[in-house]
Parts: sequence; C-alpha cells; structure tokens
Amino acid sequence: MKESAVALSILVLLSGCKREERSLRLQPPVAAALNQVALMPNKIGGSPPYVLFALDHPYDKNAYQLAQGKRLWKWYGCPACHGDGSGKSGPSLVDGWWRYGPDEASIFITIRDGRPHGMPSFAGKMTTEQIWQLTGYVRAMGSDYSTAAAPGRNDDVQTRPAENRAPVALDPLLHPSEAR
Amino acid sequence: MRTALRLGLGGSLLALCAGCRGWQSALDPQGPEARHLRHLIWLFTGVAALVWVLVMVVLFVAIRRRCLGSPEPVALTPPAERRATFAVGVASVATVIVLALLTAVSYRATGALGQDTEDAVNIRLRGYQWWWEATYLGPLSEATFVTANELHIPVGRPVTIDLSSDDVIHSFWVPNLAGKQDLIPGRDNRITITADHAGTYRGPCAEFCGLQHAHMSLFVIAEPPAEFDKWRDAQKQPAAAPGGDEQQAGQQIVTGTQCAACHTIRGTAAKGTVAPDLTHLASRFYLAAGELPMTRGSLAAWVADPQTIKPGNNMPQVPLTGDELRAVSAYLASLK
Repeated sequence: MKESAVALSILVLLSGCKREERSLRLQPPVAAALNQVALMPNKIGGSPPYVLFALDHPYDKNAYQLAQGKRLWKWYGCPACHGDGSGKSGPSLVDGWWRYGPDEASIFITIRDGRPHGMPSFAGKMTTEQIWQLTGYVRAMGSDYSTAAAPGRNDDVQTRPAENRAPVALDPLLHPSEAR
Repeated sequence: MRTALRLGLGGSLLALCAGCRGWQSALDPQGPEARHLRHLIWLFTGVAALVWVLVMVVLFVAIRRRCLGSPEPVALTPPAERRATFAVGVASVATVIVLALLTAVSYRATGALGQDTEDAVNIRLRGYQWWWEATYLGPLSEATFVTANELHIPVGRPVTIDLSSDDVIHSFWVPNLAGKQDLIPGRDNRITITADHAGTYRGPCAEFCGLQHAHMSLFVIAEPPAEFDKWRDAQKQPAAAPGGDEQQAGQQIVTGTQCAACHTIRGTAAKGTVAPDLTHLASRFYLAAGELPMTRGSLAAWVADPQTIKPGNNMPQVPLTGDELRAVSAYLASLK
C-alpha cells in the first residue's frame, strides 16, 4: 500500500515534467502585431505590444529565443561596436545603465530604428521576430535584470558575466563608473 | 526445417546487402577511398562472423556435454584443469592475434585515405545548422567562388576537402566516395575523395547536429573534366542580370530587404555572409540542403514559409505580398 502510494506520487510528479516549448513559426499577424510599440514622445520608455503579454514574454523567458538572439548578436555584427557586450566604440550593455531606458520597448526601438551617434537602424535587415529575439538577449546581458532561462554557453573564454547571473544592486541615480 | 529457414533468411539478407547499389551506399564504392573502406567492412564482418560461429559451436558442444550428465560437473581434476587452462590460453592468444591483425589492417587502410596529391582540386567545406558551404580554392588556397550544398568534382582527379564548422559538430559522409570525417568548430580536418565514374552521390550529415540534422544533405556530382571546367567557369561569373520587369522587381526586393543581410548574390548589393550564397542558386539541383527540388514553385514556397518546410532553420519569414513573392521567385529562378 505504502509502495504504491510512493509510486503513484512519483508518477504524478513526473507528469508535471515539461520540456520547454520552442515556437519556431510565428504567425504573420502576430509578427505584425509585435511591431506595434508605443513610445513616449521623447522615444525613451513606452509600452510594449499587447501581444507580447498574450505570448507570455517568450523573448525574455524562453531559452531557445535567447539562444537565437545570441546567434543574431554575432550575425548582425553587434560585437563590432559593443565588443563582448561591455562596450567598445559603442556603449556597454552589461553595466545596467541604459541611455534610452532599460525596458524592452526602448531596446526594441533602439535596434529597429537606431539612435543618434552611431547606432544604425536594423529595420530593413532583420525581421520583427529577430529584433525581439535580439532585444531579449541584449536585455539578459544587463546587470540590472536576470532571467532563469539562459542561452547556450560560449565556446571561447567568457570575458564578461554570464547572461543569467543574478542582478547587481545598482544605485539608480549613479552611473556605474561613478559608483565605484 | 527451421534452421534451414533461418539460414535461408540470413543468406538472403546478406545477398540483399551485397546488391545494395545507388547514390548512397558504402557497399557500392565509386572511388579508391571507398574501396579501401569496403574491403575493411567485409574483412571485419567476415572475421567477426567466423569468431561468432566458432564461439557458438564451442558453446553448443559445452551444453551438450553438460547434458550427458556427470556426477560433479564443477569438480576439477588436474587433467581437466590443465585442459581448461590450455583452452583459455589458446582463446586469449587467438583473440589478441585477431585484434592486432585487424588493428594493423585498419591502420593501413586509414593511412591510405588521406594522401595529398599535387594536382588535387581543393575545396573548403564548412558546416552550418543545417546546410553546407563549399568554397572552391585556387592554386594559392585563395577562395575563387562559394556555393552551397552541392559539390562538383572532376572524374579521376583527387579532391581534398578541408572540413570546418561554424556552430556545432557535423560529419562529412558520402558513402560511395569516403567518410566519415567530422567537421568540428575550432579544428580543421581534411579528407580526400576521388570519383572513378561520373554520377551523383548523396551524403547525409553523419553527426547529430540539432533539429534538422536529418535534413542536411550534401550532393557530390562527379563529371568528366571538360564538363567540370565548364561548370567552374560558370560559377566564377557574377550573377546573371535580371531579364524583364518582373525579375528586375524581384532583384530590388531581394537586395533591398532582409534577404541581403544574410545572403550574397555576387554582382549585386546583397553581401551577407551567414547564409548560402545565392549567386547561381538555380543551377543547383536541390533547395535547402536536399529539402526540395529546385523549381520556381519550391523557391516561392520556401521564401513564403521556411519554418513550415524545415522547422527551426535559421531563415526567417520575411513578410512579402503575393506580387512581391512572384517577383522574388522569378528572380531567384533566373539565377542559373
């Protein structure tokens, strides 16, 4: 009796095991809706598309989407200006200090439309889904934010903190270089 | 009766294997490298079968003798112990000799595979999830042109292939010609193949490399040297100029949208480097690493919805209207 109860509870527990689901094909209307980002007039901060909530934020929470973002990070030449993420001629993306806001809508718009002083627009080079994947990955790099999902590890030496490390306590009013 | 049936079944299976022919069979070698490997296959199979039969005979005899019944089956008398020691000793020595001989034969055959020759055609083959990039190299190892998923080689001339990978481990295996040899990120491997006869040979990726591993085929087309030279000269040319308004419109869409960020079409503004070179796309027999035959319909279907045809591949769905899709497929189908 006791054994069967244990076996039954193990079975019940196992039935709760779920594999992370990969959404490989985005329906075209969903992709179009994902492009609807409402920004504040100064183009900093805004509201992400409603459909992102309906999808339950796959670009932040889903390891496959983050891994695709990591692939795009390399493919679209981001390291040319941002280095390994800690900045080169472009600003650092890992210090938790975002020139145009830390929220996903701002980062999405930064990649899609570009920003002054060098950040090009990728609207004609990437699809909406790809921009969201890259947004999720870039956001995961920052030290102000953490996610349980992680993209694949690097084959070469890791030169900056991993994407899924715990967030650092930051003073919101001080640039990280001044805080130190 | 049942034994006869089983023997007959086993025999016909063997006969079937021996009859294996076709564009993807290690038992139908089309070059010296594959012949070396076929000799190995038969030698190993033969020796292993012989050893198996011997072991079965000994086992059978032992069981029969046990059945005859002795009062104390495990009792050891000095003569029985001597006999047993001798038998085990002979079996051990025989095992060592057989394994050593097989090792030596296999080592020799492997050594004969990688011989470099002077006038070899040199190709750099790079594995991606889930397609092959082939760069034909000139006499100074400089790249002359890039193509994908299809190698053309001249009959009778050795071809050295430098193998590398962009993402995960893949494996080169064209059973009729040679293989397997892995494509490993961060490490360069090399394999030599020679085709004795003209023909098309198929090679699957032979190392599990992700979701679409089973849909990552490579085609090797062996052709007479004159035809190979013709093909090579044609591949070196930049892409054909669009003929007509529809193709013109298609070229504008391909070079002006997301396509150009990943694909190269030599002679146009499309200069991406992370996806297959499309300069002579329509000259290839298959699309998407063996997924679809190369027709205008397949091209349109692929561009319209790559994730339904090959889920998980890295080509995104670029939103196009019906007219745009028609123009794009017309242009791509013209890239002979």
